Amino acid sequence: MIYLQLFLSYLKIGFFGFGGGYAMLSLIQNEMVVRHGWMTETELADIVAVSQMTPGPIAINCATYVGYTVTGNAWGSLLTTLAVSLPSLSIMVLITIFYHKLKNSRTMQGAMQWMKPMICGMIGAAALMFLNGETFIDWKSYIIFVICFAATWFKVDSILMICLSAIAGILLYI
Amino acid sequence: MKTLFQLFWAFFKIGAFTFGSGYAMIPMIEKEVVDRRKWFDRDDFYDQFALASAAPGPFSLNTAVFVGYKLKGWWGALFAVMGAVIPSFFIILLIAIYLSDFRGNRYVEAAFKGIRPAVIALIAVPFINMLKKLPWYLMILSVAVALVICYLGVSPIWFILAGAVIGIVQSLYAKK
Repeated sequence: MIYLQLFLSYLKIGFFGFGGGYAMLSLIQNEMVVRHGWMTETELADIVAVSQMTPGPIAINCATYVGYTVTGNAWGSLLTTLAVSLPSLSIMVLITIFYHKLKNSRTMQGAMQWMKPMICGMIGAAALMFLNGETFIDWKSYIIFVICFAATWFKVDSILMICLSAIAGILLYI
Repeated sequence: MKTLFQLFWAFFKIGAFTFGSGYAMIPMIEKEVVDRRKWFDRDDFYDQFALASAAPGPFSLNTAVFVGYKLKGWWGALFAVMGAVIPSFFIILLIAIYLSDFRGNRYVEAAFKGIRPAVIALIAVPFINMLKKLPWYLMILSVAVALVICYLGVSPIWFILAGAVIGIVQSLYAKK
């Protein structure tokens, strides 16, 4: 029952998805690529690129796209999108209710302090996992990477950058 | 009912017209929720925001929840979340269906060959920026966590749990 497995997998991704879309990527990789083998790292890299370029939060875009890629239909998308929304509709509701207690909670601040390096590591893992022979096919890939790294570093708009790298890809690889 | 629809519409616009990470949406959400609708005063909004970014799940949806919940309780949260999710859902679905027909098209394939290294750059920069802000021993920890997740295939869930437990134990211990 791939639908149930997919839903539960994505529920895990949602509930442990601390630190935003990029940190969530390493959870998606672990569940979808490593554990279940439902897609390849390259497919996921393409999903990330499209999610970045289209309107809407990356985390939601990724969820919808991953659901479609795994099942090949809209029901998969619906399940993953629902799963990624459930932590907000449960945990965040609780946090909002207990807002005044949590606002200055030292326990929560303490937890965040040690979760931060973990979240940072998760983002690093996502970047490392895409560093493979499928994404870096030759020396031209490295040049694109270096230019894009510098561009991102100096805060060039990421959508513009992806569009330009797509054009570069067409010119270099056709 | 009117407020529910307003909530839905406010977050629908945010979902349909902003790009990138949840953090990129802060200015637009602030403009809509604080300046235009006056649902929050600014300080309150930023306080709640800090909690939304500490909670699991997409940041944008967490924001939708705290704004929606404050105005209309659970239904408000639900309408705001639906508003934020629906544009993504339909746009991505269309692209996914359309693009799967173009797999194997040599122009699309070549474009993606150019895009893939760019995606890595896009993830590597925030990683390094976040790393720079940590004290040296946590830097080493972060890099170790990245390597273990990537090369040993360990689930990141364990590291999130470990971080939470260590932090909570430490803060309880420090209180005494």
